[in-house]
Amino acid sequence: MATLLIAEHNGTELAPATLSALTAAQQIGSDITVLVAGANVKAVADAAAQCSGVGKVLLAEGDSLAYDLAENLSELILSVAGEYSHIMAPSNSVSKDAMPRVAALLDVGQLSDITAILSDAQFQRPIYAGNAIATVTSNDAVKVITVRAAAFDKAAATGGSAAVETLAAPADSGLSSWVNDELTQSERPELTAAERIVSGGRGVGSGENFALLEALADKLGAAVGASRAAVDSGFVPNDMQVGQTGKIVAPSLYMAFGISGAIQHLAGMKDSKVIVAVNKDEEAPIFQVADYGLVGDLFDVLPELTEKL
Amino acid sequence: MKVLVGVKRVIDYNVKVRVKSDNTDVDLSNTKMAINPFCEIAVEEAIRLKEAGIATEVIAVSVGSSASQEQLRTAMALGADRAILVETEDTAEPLTVAKTFAKLMADEGAELVILGKQSIDSDNNQVGQMLAALTKRPQGTFASNVSVEAGHVAVTREIDGGLRTVKLALPAIVTTDLRLNEPRFAKLPDIMKAKRKPLETKTFADLGVEVKQHIQLDKVEAPAARQGGVKVGSVDELIQKLKDEAKVI
Repeated sequence: MATLLIAEHNGTELAPATLSALTAAQQIGSDITVLVAGANVKAVADAAAQCSGVGKVLLAEGDSLAYDLAENLSELILSVAGEYSHIMAPSNSVSKDAMPRVAALLDVGQLSDITAILSDAQFQRPIYAGNAIATVTSNDAVKVITVRAAAFDKAAATGGSAAVETLAAPADSGLSSWVNDELTQSERPELTAAERIVSGGRGVGSGENFALLEALADKLGAAVGASRAAVDSGFVPNDMQVGQTGKIVAPSLYMAFGISGAIQHLAGMKDSKVIVAVNKDEEAPIFQVADYGLVGDLFDVLPELTEKL
Repeated sequence: MKVLVGVKRVIDYNVKVRVKSDNTDVDLSNTKMAINPFCEIAVEEAIRLKEAGIATEVIAVSVGSSASQEQLRTAMALGADRAILVETEDTAEPLTVAKTFAKLMADEGAELVILGKQSIDSDNNQVGQMLAALTKRPQGTFASNVSVEAGHVAVTREIDGGLRTVKLALPAIVTTDLRLNEPRFAKLPDIMKAKRKPLETKTFADLGVEVKQHIQLDKVEAPAARQGGVKVGSVDELIQKLKDEAKVI
């Protein structure tokens, strides 16, 4: 058994999610190779080589790998796939894009977003937005897997001394090309990566009032989220939506203000470690999942909280 | 250009999911079913392309049980010209669905296939990418904007950290994200008209699609229930609990 782990990185640093996926890989077997792909990512490969339990690092650099185009990245993975029983990646927008291509070209199924490893072929993964947990067994010789990073502890980023081997970058597919990026210029962390989230619902009343949430978020170093009701009411854009059809989050601290707690919202945040709910209505369903509930007017609570923290 | 659009029948997103007492699956008996929300966005995008004079024909395709006819009729009420149901009583795996779409894409000569990025039941997020790989075509996944130009489609994708626009040679596969559009509601006269639009039923055998079980479902369990905690009486008490008890601030 041998595992190929596709590293997540931002071009210069190895993402923490890679370390979580490494823990998952270690639960399957000890023969682990990390693949680092990008335009100029030698530093990332060197960092991967330091991680505990990594046997070998494959470094592929080239223009065809610069913008994570799935057509090229999947070809790269396929070019080395033959040597591995498990091909894994932390679940992110790059792996979600490329890994199913790898699976299809190997004529195997893919196990998406696994949260537990029961054996080298049996896994658990959330279905129905986490409202049910499926135990599944892969019948395929090669298992293509994406890993939900939040479900695994991070492996140590030090202690290893793997060799770095260079791999040829694939030729560009000629089918797709990068045009431009518009990356969010926000001082606040990204919703799906945030350790703390401050979220607002219909009770916030307007887009302007979200400033109250932003003030608290800045105090806490938190991201700002919203319920579907707040999005549908036009207070905030869609990409802030936490819920079944929005972002699925699991921060250490989730603070819900003026959110009643509809099923579809709970599906997106109920795996948070600590949930705080502030709502005027003491019967609101959000209190059934909140570790700490405060019945009160969010317009009183928010400024007081922001001031006292 | 012909556009194929995927439609999956799933549990309505507002309905609470119950796991069967024998833990074999979720219980969908007497449950309100609907078009998967991401598929609804795919249908809307295809119809807008037709309204803009870019798409010549919009064909809604579902792989599922005979009950999926209901969702295909809805897609036609929204504006799809015709529908194809590839009927199966068993749950079709993503790779099987991708192989089915690959065959239909070739048979129909479709230049654009628009699918939801994932279905809210199995949450796999695989079919579009697998279809693109099988047909050796480019993909624009998690789309928040789609713009068809001569021979190409520009797709703005939702990636971690923001947006990325890519240009794809046609034929291409696009999967939808939430921000792509806001789906319309079907009007009553259109619902009546949709009943007369053609709905063809096929099987995997008709299409020569090989069905193989890659992943077997062993068990389905309810997640560990979250216990409600305590109510606090003041902001001070809340801060004290978060600091001393939960240790998260």
